Amino acid sequence: MMRTAFFLLFLATSFGIASAAPPQDPLQSPNWQDMAERLLSGHAIEFDERVKISVPSTVENQAQVPVTADARALPNVVKMIVFADLNPIQHALTLTPGQAAPFISFRMKIEQATPIRAAALTSDGVWHVGGIFLNAAGGGCSAPAVGRGEASWSETLGQASGRLWREADGFSRLRFRIRHPMDTGLAKDNTPAYYIERMEFKGNKGEPLALLEMYEPVSQDPTLTLLVRLPAGDTALDVQGRDNNGAIYRSSVPAPWRQSILAPTKQLLEQGPARC
Amino acid sequence: MLTRRNALKLVAGAASLPLLPSKAHAAPLTYELRPEKLEQGIWMVPGAQQAITQENGGAIANITILDSSAGAIVVDTGPSLRYGEALLKLAQELTGKSVARVYLTHFHPDHCFGNQAFDPALIATTQGVVDGMKALGEGFSDSMYQTVGDWMRGTEVVLPKVILSAPVEDFGDRRIRALPMRGHTASDLVLFDEVSGVLISGDLVFLDRAPTTPHADFERWRISLANLGGIPHNRLIPGHGPAEPGDRGIRQTREWLEGIEAMIRDAFDRGLDMNEAMALPLPKWAENIAVSRYEYERSVMHLYPKLEAEKLPRVDQKS
Repeated sequence: MMRTAFFLLFLATSFGIASAAPPQDPLQSPNWQDMAERLLSGHAIEFDERVKISVPSTVENQAQVPVTADARALPNVVKMIVFADLNPIQHALTLTPGQAAPFISFRMKIEQATPIRAAALTSDGVWHVGGIFLNAAGGGCSAPAVGRGEASWSETLGQASGRLWREADGFSRLRFRIRHPMDTGLAKDNTPAYYIERMEFKGNKGEPLALLEMYEPVSQDPTLTLLVRLPAGDTALDVQGRDNNGAIYRSSVPAPWRQSILAPTKQLLEQGPARC
Repeated sequence: MLTRRNALKLVAGAASLPLLPSKAHAAPLTYELRPEKLEQGIWMVPGAQQAITQENGGAIANITILDSSAGAIVVDTGPSLRYGEALLKLAQELTGKSVARVYLTHFHPDHCFGNQAFDPALIATTQGVVDGMKALGEGFSDSMYQTVGDWMRGTEVVLPKVILSAPVEDFGDRRIRALPMRGHTASDLVLFDEVSGVLISGDLVFLDRAPTTPHADFERWRISLANLGGIPHNRLIPGHGPAEPGDRGIRQTREWLEGIEAMIRDAFDRGLDMNEAMALPLPKWAENIAVSRYEYERSVMHLYPKLEAEKLPRVDQKS
């Protein structure tokens, strides 16, 4: 009780009027105030259970922790960010959904046990924040992060793979993986930061659908799940990535269900006669 | 003002106060090994049917002790130096002899981190197990210290000095057959006591506790299980779970592996991400298996990256 009173006093003196202060953090992170000021300034902030973060109950690999952020229960989300308070680099990504749902799955590097949060900005100018505390004391059989992985990373750089599924609600579910070392610049060997910083998702006729800005905490070989509304008649989803060295990575993920029923036959014909 | 010296005084004062310590701190950190006598001259020290935690000190794997006229034979050494020391003492007490041989079934830390208590020249295994310990031992060590804490004090990775080359070893009146297999890891050593007909499977078999898969090759594992099923035995000592006659452990392990692999592949084919796949309900029969949800989630994290690397079609365009 006394501690709370002291804390409130501290808040009042630090921020003057109470309404300017971010709300008290249900996860009680020592870094919350700083996070709120740096990443969420300029808008009202409220904690909201409609913004969900999913993580595993145990961490197998601190370099590849699966994180799912889901704000689909909120209307009119214009931007969603994901961050981890106690990471050396906290901000993992920003999704500007456009024609995508405010939903993303990806893998994240985690340095220690930390809150992981998603903040969704709605069109009325309010950040809705949800989060979960990730206990990163690894399981006994977990191997630690191996940093850059195999030495041959440059041979596979930019190789992308992916697939689209049609969802009942009209969204197309994209699963997408691109090979990239995603170096943080924090490794002891002085490898500079080297990561894909921007991914644009477009219909195959060029209509912009969603924008994803990624930062150093996104794991090596980014592996993403997004829900995108593909324009009627489009037969593929185009993905264009750019890393912080300026390299461009172009991919096109086919949407096979939009092909006419004749298309498979046509494809077969184009492949020429079957070998006997 | 709280100077460094004053702070130290405070700490010293607190230490002398008759504070009631929390239950965790009250634990004396002594492994209580409770051997079960299986046959004449064979004991199993059962592991807890749990995940590795601070409470159980990592003592989750079954350890086997066999008596022979040449000395005690120990299969696996447990999770820590402290456990190894207790195990050495127990083996000497039960057999009244010194240790003649220590076998390691595989390189996971709950099975081989007690090595330090034994003479490395007596510890025998396959080259693959040694390779695994070399590659992953330090990482396991970090992870074990982080997970179970003070139980690990003083524990270091100690590599075996003996690589098994002959198919059998004789210890006076006992003959042990070494059967190198793989699947749970890249190298799993199965041991068969030809005198009693006891088959010691290591972690190729789990019973009433969900199998762990961080280094598993599911297809190889199924082949090894089929091979194990073909070895007539009077009793099977699994890596985790009760030692029973018959093949319940072999069947349950196969059903688990086939069941969760099918579930995970299906989730992948439906486009689910890892967290969505992890949230799927397990079949009813799996609920009676200890730590089933925990190990299923871990298996999702082990299998998904392989499926993503192998099965997602290439979509990049040459620019």
